[in-house]
Amino acid sequence: MSRFRNLVRFPVAFFTILAAIPVLAGGPPVGRVPTDSEIAAWNTDVRFDGQGLPLGQGSVSAGEALYSTQCASCHGDFGEGVGRWPALAGGQGTLADDRPQRTIGSYWPYAATIWDYVNRAMPYGNARSLSANEVYSLTAYLLYLNDFVGEDFTLTRKNLVSIHLPNAENFRFDDRKGAELLQFSLPVCMTTCKTDVRITKRAATLNVTPD
Amino acid sequence: MEERNTPKSVSRRTALGGMIAAGAAVSTPAAAAGDDAAITTIQPWRQELGRGVDAMPYGLPSAYEKSVHRRNVSWLTADTYSSVNFTPLHDLDGVITPNGLCFERNHSGVALIDPARHRLMLHGLVKTPLVFTMADLMRFPRQNRTCFLECAANSGMEWRGAQMNGVQFTHGMIHNVMYTGIPLRVLLAAAGVRPSAKWLLLEGADAAGMTRSLPLKKALDDCMVAFRMNGEALRAEQGYPLRLVVPGWEGNLWIKWLRRIEVGDKPWHHREETSKYTDLMSDGRARRFTWQMDAKSVITSPSPQAPIVHRPGPTILTGIAWSGRGALSRVDVSLDGGRNWQIARLSGPADTFALRRFYLEFDWDGRPMLLQSRAHDSTGYVQPTKDRLRAIRGENSTYHNNGIQTWAVNKNGEVENVEIS
Ligand code: HEC
Repeated sequence: MSRFRNLVRFPVAFFTILAAIPVLAGGPPVGRVPTDSEIAAWNTDVRFDGQGLPLGQGSVSAGEALYSTQCASCHGDFGEGVGRWPALAGGQGTLADDRPQRTIGSYWPYAATIWDYVNRAMPYGNARSLSANEVYSLTAYLLYLNDFVGEDFTLTRKNLVSIHLPNAENFRFDDRKGAELLQFSLPVCMTTCKTDVRITKRAATLNVTPD
Repeated sequence: MEERNTPKSVSRRTALGGMIAAGAAVSTPAAAAGDDAAITTIQPWRQELGRGVDAMPYGLPSAYEKSVHRRNVSWLTADTYSSVNFTPLHDLDGVITPNGLCFERNHSGVALIDPARHRLMLHGLVKTPLVFTMADLMRFPRQNRTCFLECAANSGMEWRGAQMNGVQFTHGMIHNVMYTGIPLRVLLAAAGVRPSAKWLLLEGADAAGMTRSLPLKKALDDCMVAFRMNGEALRAEQGYPLRLVVPGWEGNLWIKWLRRIEVGDKPWHHREETSKYTDLMSDGRARRFTWQMDAKSVITSPSPQAPIVHRPGPTILTGIAWSGRGALSRVDVSLDGGRNWQIARLSGPADTFALRRFYLEFDWDGRPMLLQSRAHDSTGYVQPTKDRLRAIRGENSTYHNNGIQTWAVNKNGEVENVEIS
């Protein structure tokens, strides 16, 4: 049992979950219950199925205006990405190619995730500055840039969850267990394991390593 | 003769005056041609007072270790705020990564948080939502545990073949630290998790508002809300004042600047677990929730940034090995590109989900070598070759590249990152 046994009194129930880690009890609880408005101030995430979306709406055209002033400098007028800043559109049909392009249009499984991410992290360097309607507008515009909606579209809390992105079905839960673990758990060879050993690729010839 | 820098030796030196001053400038009388000057001359540090105790209230490495630092790859990212730098593995030994050398990966820069204005909130499918100040958290029982943290994208630049000529860049998105923190299950128990709960959302207080979904089972099993690393407070770039520790699982889950834990019944499928940190297979479909880090090892010396600088003869080969699935149990080393293998010597603490250090002492014959290491873990898993990984996953999965690394050593002892047949 715990070496803290004699120091404090703990409710017996904790021991079943906590094994040797004691929890202080007796006395007032540690921490406090947050108010509803405190929880609301922080609980702004949106789940893939739309849970957490606030009321609001935004049109493609309103989104275009916001995008051109607040986003295009990095992500490009058409979401193509400026320099090494991320592309937000394009790449449909390239995922099995030698050089796939992963964007909202080609790769993202859920529209609600666009809403959540723009709301929490963009514009880069000025996060948390957009209103709910502005995030709806920008999400609508990003869906438009990727040909998922037309230019007259208005996105709302209601219709957002009915937008189905085509790559949603192409994700599967980690299957390394079945696909890899067995064949990577075989007995190993220790001596004269191969005959021909040639160098096939060299990093020095690429010369991209910093000093 | 006494050589302590005490007031006593000072006064004695003053008394001996001229004699020692003469000795400092030139060789000692017995010196002969060809003698080692490090032995036959008196260096300033043997003569003058060293630095006083208060000169450097927070200690730093010797000035002669200036080249030991993190490095980034400037062409990799658009700026340094959503970017990464790399642990100088070639300069380290043992298993603990010094705090100032732990690689950094941020998505909107390093948040510089005033702990007095930091809160941790726990809500959602709980009986009692709770919010804690840092002072509150200091009243919960804590534990200490050493864990490796490996970014899922470690070695990601190597999927298409040998690219980065240095172990710092091929494998430096890993560090190994002793954390002090509160078991997450203790905090969850304080709030009382509802029976329908299955997942947590963890959120950071940085401008990226970093979020990841974590299965409740893992949270109750061995996760930890940590506030110290290697005994001192977390470094800002490692999440000061609070970060999540998720033993054995990919680094992106270890939310830094942790401020909120929401309990739910489904995963959130946020950007960091859909657009990123999913593994694209060659058929265009992708794996998601690939949390565990598979067994992996790499030789840190000799390596391109740590060439052999001595003549043939006794040579030390060393490296690190780890597994996120079970205890690291063994490392094999090959000097001839995988033709023959020998079991390396493991040294140091043997904590599960922590780095292990291995050594192989051998007589180098001065001929070129192809160095490889191969990790085994307690589940029976053996680190595969890169080609075997590619045969299953293709070259575009970005993350989880744990293939065997090959270093080519030439007759001068110089080392290059290569791939072999
Ligand atoms: C100063 C440059 C900059 C500006 C301006 C900017 N972003 Fe970004 N954006 C980034 C960076 C950098 C990332 C990647 C951040 C990371 O590392 O997590 C990103 C990521 C994104 C992503 C996720 C891309 C993906 O495929 O995962 C979306 C969506 C996005 N931005 C939307 C926007 C919107 C909408 C705006 C305007 C309101 C905007 N951004 C303004 C730099 C910028």
